[in-house]
Amino acid sequence: MSKLSALEMNLLRQIADLHKIPEGAYNIRENGQLGGRNSTENIEISTKTDKPGIDIRIKPGTKNESVHIPVIITKTGYSELVYNDFYVGEDSDVIIIAGCGIHNSGCDTAQHDGVHTFYVGKNARIKYVEKHYGEGEGTGERIMNPSTVVYLEEGARVEMDTSQIRGVDSTRRSTKIYAKAGGEVLVLEKLLTHGRQTAVSDMEIMLEGDGSRARVISRSVAQDESEQTFYPKVTGGAECFAHVQCDSIIMGRAKVSSIPAINARHVSAQLVHEAAIGKIAGDQLLKLMTLGLTEKEAEERILAGFLK
Amino acid sequence: MLSIRGLRYAVEDAGGGREILGGIDLDVERGRLVVITGPNGGGKTTLAKAVMGLIEPASGSIKFNGTELIGLSVTERARLGISYGFQHPPRFKGLQVTELLSIAAGRKLTPNECCAYLVKVGLCTEDYIDREIDASLSGGELKRIEIATILARNSSLMIFDEPEAGIDLWSFSKLTQTFEAIHKRSDSTIIIISHQERIIRLADEVVLVAGGRVTQTGAAGDILPHIGDVAVDCAIKEALV
Ligand SMILES: Nc1ncnc2c1ncn2[C@@H]1O[C@H](COP(=O)(O)OP(=O)(O)OP(=O)(O)O)[C@@H](O)[C@H]1O
Ligand SMILES: [Mg+2]
Repeated sequence: MSKLSALEMNLLRQIADLHKIPEGAYNIRENGQLGGRNSTENIEISTKTDKPGIDIRIKPGTKNESVHIPVIITKTGYSELVYNDFYVGEDSDVIIIAGCGIHNSGCDTAQHDGVHTFYVGKNARIKYVEKHYGEGEGTGERIMNPSTVVYLEEGARVEMDTSQIRGVDSTRRSTKIYAKAGGEVLVLEKLLTHGRQTAVSDMEIMLEGDGSRARVISRSVAQDESEQTFYPKVTGGAECFAHVQCDSIIMGRAKVSSIPAINARHVSAQLVHEAAIGKIAGDQLLKLMTLGLTEKEAEERILAGFLK
Repeated sequence: MLSIRGLRYAVEDAGGGREILGGIDLDVERGRLVVITGPNGGGKTTLAKAVMGLIEPASGSIKFNGTELIGLSVTERARLGISYGFQHPPRFKGLQVTELLSIAAGRKLTPNECCAYLVKVGLCTEDYIDREIDASLSGGELKRIEIATILARNSSLMIFDEPEAGIDLWSFSKLTQTFEAIHKRSDSTIIIISHQERIIRLADEVVLVAGGRVTQTGAAGDILPHIGDVAVDCAIKEALV
């Protein structure tokens, strides 16, 4: 990775907290090229032969290992569609850190569309962390459209932690998760849009087996004239439990829509949805101002906490 | 240190304007502990908010160490040395107790320093410093954290609005000791809005506010026996006769 420039290192820091070559398995994709790869005894990464992307195979019983698969784009006008498939062996417990950073200093659109599919074996657990980050002085748009599909076998668990804080002009996120008996789904989604950015998040969780559970927490801040739309949808087809909570702070002339759906297909499906949109509570701002912060500082503290 | 003259405040309601503060005059000297008491709806909270800058009075003057506060922002007043513990403190999703106390203190506090403030309001600390100030806190816990922020702020004028509300007996006794200790050991000026006799007894001076006016001031021993004389809400009065 020594050939990475300071600019590229900064993108990596933003999306993957990477300051040096990661430990364990990794695959770095730079402007569509392979920027570095490491497979380990338990985690094998290979290039797909039929389409762009990689296969990640994790041996059964692999514990406490991590996979980093950052994507960075620094070329204006560069667009890509990438497929990454994860085969997670039974009883393993791994953390997967993905993320995309775009630095667009030109005037053409830079776009990354990633399709991630996870096949999570029986009783396996994965934590999937995804950060999106955009920067660059150019007028070219920065677009990211992540699509995530997760198949949980019996007793498997996915914890999905996604965040996109500023910098991405347009995003359309699609998430589909299918859980068999005893499967557990945890989704934490954080989003901040500003300027004229737009973001759409389409999420569908299918609880198909008895004892499956899902908890979704979505927190978003929409500033300026940005627009956000959320479609969280949960279907309970067995004895299952789901709780979806969408909280948005709206500012300026932004627009936020939260359009939830809960569908029960079984008498013992227990599905709860809570959604709230509102501006920063006036008494929160005032309280912090009585502690000596300016209104602007108070606002920043409240937003930082909310999106933490 | 604090000198209030002719303070008036009114709100618009269905029948037009309604006067909430009808010309308050009040002087508080440096280092004193003053308790403001009086019937519900009398205007105590409104008065405190006017001092902190949370509401804008229609007319009158509030001088703090000779500086006119009217026209200054909440932030400016806070930086001059005024703090106010809310009667109904807000909750913050995602803000931890340590963070709020650090904001109050104006610097990053160590866990030990946070603990010290929390102990003063009767909170067993280890359990609380990492807690978020969200809906998961009980009313009494939230209220005591609010008081701790004022202690951490350590400003020259501290105003507490019904600090005893919703607080259990054990914490209440800890709290009264804390007020006594601050009063004894520092030259901060303390104003406590309270309905509790035990707090009223701590006061150097008690101020009775009713119907948007100061109706009486004096030592606790002089005021307490006459509490029953205060004009109560007319509906209640009619019901009594
Ligand atoms: N924004 C407002 N709109 C309408 N009425 C208001 C407003 N703010 C205060 N009031 C009224 O002003 C009066 C004084 O309120 P305030 O909160 O100052 O009373 P208080 O003395 O603190 O009472 P308590 O002991 O119950 O806390 C009350 O009758 C209240 O209903
Ligand atoms: Mg009050």
